[in-house]
Amino acid sequence: MSVMTRLMGAAAIAASFTMAAPMVHAEGGTLVIASTQVPRHLNGAVQSGIATAIPSTQIFASPIRYDENWEPQPYLASSWSIADDGMSVTLNLVQNATFHDGKPVTSEDVAFSIMTTKENHPFKSMFAPVETIDTPDAHTVVINLSKPHPALLLALSPALAPVLPKHIYGDGQDAKSHPANSAPVGSGPFMLEEFTPGEAVVMKKNPTFFMDGRPKLDEIIIRIIKDPSALLIAMENGEADMYPFMAGSQEIKRMEKADNIGVTTDGYAAVGPLNWLAFNMASPKLSDVRVRQAIAYAVDREFITKALHRGVSTAQRGPIIESSPFFDETIPAYDVDLDKANALMAEAGFADGMELTIDYIPGPKEQQQSVAEYMKSQLKKIGIAITVRAAPDFPTWAGRVGGHDFELSMDVVFNWGDPVIGVHRTYLSDNIKKGVIWSNTQQYKNAKVDELLNAAAVELDQGKRAALYAEFQQTVATDLPVYWINALPYHTAYDKKLQNVPSGIWGTMHPMDMVEWGE
Amino acid sequence: MTLSYLLRRIGYGLLLMLGVVILNFFLIRLAPGDPAVVIAGEMGGATEEMLESIREEYGLNKPIFTQLWIYVSGIATGNLGESFFFNQPVSKLIGLRIWPTILLVITAQILSISIGVFMGVIAARKPNGILSGIVSIFATIGYAVPVFWTGIMLIILFASVIPIFPVEGMQSVKLRDAGFVVKTLDIAHHLVLPAFTLAIIYLAQYARLSRASMLEVLGSDYIRTARAKGASEVSVLFKHALRNAALPILTVAGLQFGNLISGALLVETVFNWPGMGRLAFDSILRRDYPTILGVLFFASAMVVVANIITDISYRWADPRLRRKS
Repeated sequence: MSVMTRLMGAAAIAASFTMAAPMVHAEGGTLVIASTQVPRHLNGAVQSGIATAIPSTQIFASPIRYDENWEPQPYLASSWSIADDGMSVTLNLVQNATFHDGKPVTSEDVAFSIMTTKENHPFKSMFAPVETIDTPDAHTVVINLSKPHPALLLALSPALAPVLPKHIYGDGQDAKSHPANSAPVGSGPFMLEEFTPGEAVVMKKNPTFFMDGRPKLDEIIIRIIKDPSALLIAMENGEADMYPFMAGSQEIKRMEKADNIGVTTDGYAAVGPLNWLAFNMASPKLSDVRVRQAIAYAVDREFITKALHRGVSTAQRGPIIESSPFFDETIPAYDVDLDKANALMAEAGFADGMELTIDYIPGPKEQQQSVAEYMKSQLKKIGIAITVRAAPDFPTWAGRVGGHDFELSMDVVFNWGDPVIGVHRTYLSDNIKKGVIWSNTQQYKNAKVDELLNAAAVELDQGKRAALYAEFQQTVATDLPVYWINALPYHTAYDKKLQNVPSGIWGTMHPMDMVEWGE
Repeated sequence: MTLSYLLRRIGYGLLLMLGVVILNFFLIRLAPGDPAVVIAGEMGGATEEMLESIREEYGLNKPIFTQLWIYVSGIATGNLGESFFFNQPVSKLIGLRIWPTILLVITAQILSISIGVFMGVIAARKPNGILSGIVSIFATIGYAVPVFWTGIMLIILFASVIPIFPVEGMQSVKLRDAGFVVKTLDIAHHLVLPAFTLAIIYLAQYARLSRASMLEVLGSDYIRTARAKGASEVSVLFKHALRNAALPILTVAGLQFGNLISGALLVETVFNWPGMGRLAFDSILRRDYPTILGVLFFASAMVVVANIITDISYRWADPRLRRKS
């Protein structure tokens, strides 16, 4: 018998063991989430992004959580009230919440966490108006603001405001590199069992979770599988039970065909992932709005979403995602019109055409490279010769765009729930920061837009706020510092036996304490 | 083999590793992209102050020769630094990843040598026979085909056509609480495809090399003598001929070890094998300098050790070299 024959035999035995071995999870069961995203650590107070937010929202509880209708719901705070002048918010905490190490969750922990997040989280606008926090007793928190802050409640969501144990993080070490970030102790429905960087996060049920009867599962394992093809095989073979943030059309179609797998678009309303083409407005060729509008009239969003993305993505007309309550349906769409585009080019003095370079963020080919190549062929029709400049990796692309060394660049940017958090940063003129990615890298300056955004940031009346954002959307849709292409088609694939698959506005970046296995 | 010879070889090895560290230190910094911007990107953005604070924290704002001195003196005290990305000691990250890589590389080495030499010996027995022709064709194909292509073809084959082997990872997460025997078999089951993929290119080389080497040896007087004495064919081939033909194979095995480690980088990436190769690949994309340097340092150490072991085996296999030293 050759070595290979023996090896095949051994593998076959192993295969039979794999298939015959009983599932080792007990009652409640194990949920294996497969992800292509690699978390740096597990503390969402000092780090944004999907990779950290999924485990962080299981390990840490937060003051408030949101349902699928954008309504705030009690979590660590059983109730809350906003002062009439909007200058303070009072949270009344539940009495029975404890951290995984048994210490009670108090108002001191909540106050410490908000200030730590304010200090260290990249989304500075979330808690920028927070001046001081009072803790009159162990279960009351009073957040004092420098100005009204309507985005505050959303910023107190699990994805953005994990409540950290002060007795661990308050030791004077830098929160961004605190050792506890990789071995966190929270008060959420699951406790960290094991974190293998770049490989897996294993979380066990928190038996003393303060919400009765939750969580339903015994264990959640997040497995990192960076290759989407391998990940799909793991889903099909039952090695993984859920695949959130799936965006490739081939992947989506393949998962839809699998008998035992369900696919949903629910759970991404607050994420608001936009794919856009940014114009460097400091470039003499792009400083004229007519050139930017000509480009918009030359590109067919429908072709991109229907043909390139095989119908899984949706066209995006403006800076605010269509699922947001602030989206304005009346903004101009720039339906494809080559005659108008050519006329605008001529009016701008570019009747003989021009040359431009397009960069794109390294990512799924059909969302980036294919769209860039399509634009190259389409813009040729209005006399623009495009050079597509690929970047081998994220650092190269980020260096170009952050350093304002680009003309056109495709990018994926999230809304992050409230426009104050994810939208303002890329349009406010005081956020033009060279070297800083996802700031106002297109160098757009419009005093009216600054005024509208600053007014919307402090407007407590929801109707008036929506009106301010509507005017903002109309203005930027005319100025076109960015041409919005499509909403990224995030889908969640899941084993059909799973129940209560996350469908709220934050999807899997939300405590999965109600997810359970059915028959 | 004298102690002084061994110490001299170890000394050369250490010097080589120092050279590797210094060269890599500068090469990595030639790549475009600022690690602070990458970290900021992973965080979802950052202010200018946060970028400065990141550069300060990781010493990226210091002069490059100061950074080199800090790094080299850190290595001398056993400190490989902290990963920019994971905020964890590089030695800890490598500690988690080195064993899967060693398991993969050693398995591939054993597979390639044993099967390759066996094929070469069989082919050399009748150099103009059908078997010899098949081995030669297989060896040429095996040598010509890129390792990542082999991996992808095997994934397609075993993922959809004959789904009997896992095509990614090192173990099944749903068996993580199982007993030792089941877990060991599970790892062996996962090891089949990556190890075979990595072995195939070297297997072909060993087959060709051992065939040529055996052909030369089989024409020697002592083989005729062995046959004349009535030794069995198995004894002639594997006892008398192979031992004499093994010296070039041993030499190549030592030299190929470095190639095997670099091949592991591709194989680990294709099969999601949680080894050092994948850590290096991901770290390059993230400009995680300490982790890249740490992985390269360990990889060079493994190559140096493999070469010393080869030297020792060489002298063990050839009594003439022992007499010389």
